[in-house]
Amino acid sequence: MNFNVIRLISFFFLLLMQVLLFKNVVLFHTAFCFIYVLYLLTFPVETNPLALMAIAFALGLGVDIFYDSVGLHAMASVFMVYVRGYWLNRITPQGGYDRNSVPTLAMNGMQWFIVYALPLVLLHHTLLFFAEAGGTAYFWFTFFKVLMSTLFTMVVLVIAQLLFSR
Amino acid sequence: MERLFLFIYQYRSFFTFLVLEIVCVWLLVQNNQYQGAKFFNSANSVAAGINSTSQNFRDFLSLRQTNQRLSEENAYLKKKLEQRNQSLYSLNVREIKDPVIINRFDFLSARVINNSVHQFKNHLTLNKGEKDGVAPGMAVISADGVVGKVKAVSDHFSVVTSLLNIDVLTSVQLKRTSHFGTAQWDGSSTEHINLLYVPRHVQPLVGDTIVTSGYNSIYPEGILVGIIDKVELKDEALFHSISIKLSQDFRKLSYVAVVKSNLKEEQEALELLIEEK
Repeated sequence: MNFNVIRLISFFFLLLMQVLLFKNVVLFHTAFCFIYVLYLLTFPVETNPLALMAIAFALGLGVDIFYDSVGLHAMASVFMVYVRGYWLNRITPQGGYDRNSVPTLAMNGMQWFIVYALPLVLLHHTLLFFAEAGGTAYFWFTFFKVLMSTLFTMVVLVIAQLLFSR
Repeated sequence: MERLFLFIYQYRSFFTFLVLEIVCVWLLVQNNQYQGAKFFNSANSVAAGINSTSQNFRDFLSLRQTNQRLSEENAYLKKKLEQRNQSLYSLNVREIKDPVIINRFDFLSARVINNSVHQFKNHLTLNKGEKDGVAPGMAVISADGVVGKVKAVSDHFSVVTSLLNIDVLTSVQLKRTSHFGTAQWDGSSTEHINLLYVPRHVQPLVGDTIVTSGYNSIYPEGILVGIIDKVELKDEALFHSISIKLSQDFRKLSYVAVVKSNLKEEQEALELLIEEK
């Protein structure tokens, strides 16, 4: 099937997974899973950054509508994909990326994927939770939430990719 | 001018980023204000439709419990009504004849189709909207106590700011001593809320009942909030630090009542008049 069609379907699939399933999965009132970042992380390396930011904005806003937190997820997602471009350049493997290279676990291996995804997920969650708490008023609790959620999201990201790797 | 365009083009990625982030922050700030953004919330028909379907499945699982609670509440209300009738026969009370006062509050039953408790700012979505007479600012209560207040409405759905929201301050009252305080959530536990601004000379006890005060024009007076389960008084603190155990389990909300206060505008207009002078 056409790459774009698959991308379009997985946009809605991941959005619905997020708001119908993972919205209800919160461990110990602290560990959240924002599986939808997988969609943004696995875009090909050469994707136009403008298009990617627009997609991140749309996806974030979609999640926001269901979480009743308009702007929050959109902000964190746009920030994450903006940094993603620089981060991908920073961790270019020797000899550069292949044409049409996709930053997934199946393509580059577990170790590379964790080095790639962990800082981005951490950044996304940090922004998300601190913006939601409205600053640092509840600093330690928010910080704990960020760490636990990053861990949880990373585990689910890896499992999801092992299950659905193409 | 040409060089300006060239400059912008060169850094187009950064400028797009900047513009999108500014839009996001603007939306965020606007939404934080009470009765904010109209469309981008779960009251819009697509999102509410999806949530409603998903809630239908969950409702099915909790049907037995919900039925039991509703019938218990019915029994309780019947008992109350009977007691009231009996006392009216025996006591020669001066009856309130003004129908406006008697019908001061209208109650509208609604089903919760979306609920969150784990975020810092939690919201509920109800299946009643503008066409059913719901308007922003109305109180939402359940059989067990206070739930929240309506934030935004669409034609058939409405979004409610839950009591579990770090931005919400609710005026409450110690039932035993009639002292006032403010209830605010701190985000940490879904079952507890903090009671602020209770001065040192008051002596709140563990087990005291906390109800809404009549100081806000939103909630009817005397709606249950919870009971005190921890009181602490630090040596140099101005106020007690009190933790309230909520009477309503917010994780199990299914049916709620929207309260329409018919005299709200009158009360607010009068209070405004005083403030202006």
